[in-house]
Amino acid sequence: MDVLYFAWVRERIGIPKETVETSAATVNELVAELRQREERYEVAFSDLSSLRVAVDQTLTDFDASLSGAREVAFFPPMTGG
Amino acid sequence: MQVRVQSDIFDPGAELNAFTAVIDGAGAVVSFSGIVRDVAGGLQTMEIEHYPGMTESALQAIAEEAMQRWNLADALVIHRYGRLQAGEIIMMVATASPHRKDAFDSAEFLMDYLKSRAPFWKKEVSSAGADWVAAKDEDESALDRW
Repeated sequence: MDVLYFAWVRERIGIPKETVETSAATVNELVAELRQREERYEVAFSDLSSLRVAVDQTLTDFDASLSGAREVAFFPPMTGG
Repeated sequence: MQVRVQSDIFDPGAELNAFTAVIDGAGAVVSFSGIVRDVAGGLQTMEIEHYPGMTESALQAIAEEAMQRWNLADALVIHRYGRLQAGEIIMMVATASPHRKDAFDSAEFLMDYLKSRAPFWKKEVSSAGADWVAAKDEDESALDRW
């Protein structure tokens, strides 16, 4: 599964994209796996209320299923316009 | 309906004229242009990051919803990404309708939604450093009225 990071999440983790081998069933489970990896992930995911998530390029919630998902993206609240 | 995501600068006046030239049966056109502001002073650049692929589909979905909810002849959304200077155009929306109220309301809807539902992130770079622009609570609550 491809995991993408944008804006300060990308800067904190240090990469824009990576491929992750995971059996996580939900976004929350994926986040829990990532947080255990290294401190930079723990820091980036320390406050989920300041993050948004998209699964296969559709905005969703952290309890969303990852069944069949190919791409998950984490980013701060959007500031378009 | 036209949605464009681009790094190139554009002329909002020329875009508006081109948009207005091809609408059929619409008596009202509303447009909004967003410009880079130097809020704190000393802004060197504004860097706009986006999520290629999702940006286009999110803007398309927002524009389609506007076309369904209001009586519109056409809608236009253009949004830039990359490095911008103070005073440069960031984005524009235009709506065309038989009636003024539909044109105004749908343009406001497009703006409210693309502010907090289109995957763009702004970073202000100044002599004091670089900071990501934080989303405002009022931008999120602005969606409630729709």
